[in-house]
Amino acid sequence: MQPIVINSICKQFGKLSALNNVSFTVEEGELFGLIGPDGAGKSTLFRILTTLLLADKGSASVMGLDVVKDYKRIRRSVGYMPGRFSLYQDLSVEENLAFFATIFNTTVAANYDLVRDIYVQIEPFKKRPAGKLSGGMKQKLALCCALIHKPSVLFPDEPTTGVDPVSRKEFWEMLQRLKQKGITILVSTPYMDEAVLCDRIALIQKGALMDIDTPQGIIQRFRQPLWAVSADRRYELMEDVNKYPDTASSYAFGEHLHVTLKSGEAGEAALKQHLSRHRGLSVERTQAGIEDCFMFLMQEQNQ
Amino acid sequence: MRQFPAFVKKEFYHIFRDRRTLLILFGMPVVQIILFGYAITNEIRHAEIAVLDQANDYYSNRLVNKIGASGYFKITRALRNEREIEEAFRNGSIKVALVLPKNFGYDFYHGRKAPVQLLTDASDPNSASTLLNYATAIINNYQQEMMGDQQLPLTIDVQPRMLYNPALKGVFMFVPGVMTLILMLVSAMMTSITITREKETGTMEILLVSPLSPGKIIVGKVVPYILLSFINALIILGLGVFLFGMPVKGSLLLLLMECGLFVLTALTLGILISTITASQQAAMMISMVGLLMPTMLLSGFVFPLESMPLPLRILANVFPAKWFIIILKDVMLKGSGLPGIWQPTAVLCGMTILFIALSVRNFKTRLA
Repeated sequence: MQPIVINSICKQFGKLSALNNVSFTVEEGELFGLIGPDGAGKSTLFRILTTLLLADKGSASVMGLDVVKDYKRIRRSVGYMPGRFSLYQDLSVEENLAFFATIFNTTVAANYDLVRDIYVQIEPFKKRPAGKLSGGMKQKLALCCALIHKPSVLFPDEPTTGVDPVSRKEFWEMLQRLKQKGITILVSTPYMDEAVLCDRIALIQKGALMDIDTPQGIIQRFRQPLWAVSADRRYELMEDVNKYPDTASSYAFGEHLHVTLKSGEAGEAALKQHLSRHRGLSVERTQAGIEDCFMFLMQEQNQ
Repeated sequence: MRQFPAFVKKEFYHIFRDRRTLLILFGMPVVQIILFGYAITNEIRHAEIAVLDQANDYYSNRLVNKIGASGYFKITRALRNEREIEEAFRNGSIKVALVLPKNFGYDFYHGRKAPVQLLTDASDPNSASTLLNYATAIINNYQQEMMGDQQLPLTIDVQPRMLYNPALKGVFMFVPGVMTLILMLVSAMMTSITITREKETGTMEILLVSPLSPGKIIVGKVVPYILLSFINALIILGLGVFLFGMPVKGSLLLLLMECGLFVLTALTLGILISTITASQQAAMMISMVGLLMPTMLLSGFVFPLESMPLPLRILANVFPAKWFIIILKDVMLKGSGLPGIWQPTAVLCGMTILFIALSVRNFKTRLA
């Protein structure tokens, strides 16, 4: 049985189409990433799967249960971690955890080994009100609360947004460990660099899926030669590249510009020639990342 | 079944950790009762009066002393001539001026007619006429005293009796009013706010994606407020009875049960408000404008309903407050039993059932 099956889901908010014919499945024990920028429709999809919203069209099932008809049973067996921090700010860390354990008819002690790795990190602050925790701590607590009833499917919605890089790394390690314990995880994130940490990913933009595959599969499908271009005066370089008639695409990635050319590999020499007046110029072939693929697919979608 | 107690416990944490909630819950009833009891009152005590006693004889002095000793008036100025009257009204804080003519005592016994002039500041018409009544009553009383037991032929002897509130204490009026107001506020406003708060902070999302049924969530949120509102009702009753001497002539048990009923009505109204609003702000606005104002103005608490135009009198029936005030007054002052108040009680029951039905219909098991 596939834990998550999504079948041509459409959702409209007034005139805005939040989800447009979205379909994919998540396999048992998989860590599946939904990658897309803010407003792409990730949270809407999460809410449909957690039975909080009704889709306009299409169907979906979680653990083989229909999200519309069997919503009560789904609510009992999934773990949902909303994108916005949604615990009781005036309750302390341990009170929050105990409360969520109790409403799921279990106890902290019964499932402690599932959350132990995470909980030990926030345990020193267990008497502190949840509202006074740092961003990373809040998310760890929210994860603990979503896990305390040992859900078979976990839905963390943008768990690493607003979290420092160290905590982000720790957070993904936790998700990996949960996966090893057999929990199916559908996670969403706007950070492209986190995509490679998933087993499979779906790239979503403006409510439509652009591609679904393993991160490697998506990268391998990016066949154009890609150059990383940099120079001392970045802004002028950027303007120059954008005006260059052979430029197919150009995006800023950190201190480099990632550039593809209409003429492909053959155009490299001409590009170097065109940009030669820039001081400190460096033009080098580079490997595409998920973000390059995303930008490329987005451009295709827009055309 | 440990879910429910845990939920209620959590709700108590919210209440006791939020100073503002606590202040509204327990500070406001006490402050309001004391304010209405001592400060905001239309009873008259120690109104300042100026006297122009042109006679200055034995009889006029006795009358002036009598007025001064009544407790209603305080003689602050003795005027010397008529020109000073106007000046005293303008400068001073006097509300009444009493003018006794020359030969007051002589005229009283010989002319059989002794004029007395009372001037009042009618910029506040209500208190002006009240003051006049008090002053006239004292003067009439004095007249009878002077005449002794002399009986006039053919007189109508009016013997007034103020039923249920012989001393005409304003307290008898405002204790039921404040109680209604507070219970309405605490029950309806606080519950609507506490439920919408869960929506606003996103915790409702998590609660919905849990085995808790929406019904349990709502009842769990409301139970603490039932308890606290009831405690509030007891505090107000206690203050009314022990501080202001408010009687409870009817059965205390019946009174408490009626309080319980009204708390329930207000709570279900609060739940209904929370099902149609998404933010605490909106819930507060609706509770304030939609409930507090009518409770103050259209319940007979501040202004008598009987003197209102017909449309307003009809409108007043819609608000639970009117009915609860009737019940409170009947039970506390008249000592009515259930047979005497079954009508308003039935109205409140009906409203409660209606609010529950509407809430159940409006409640969303999902977000939108």
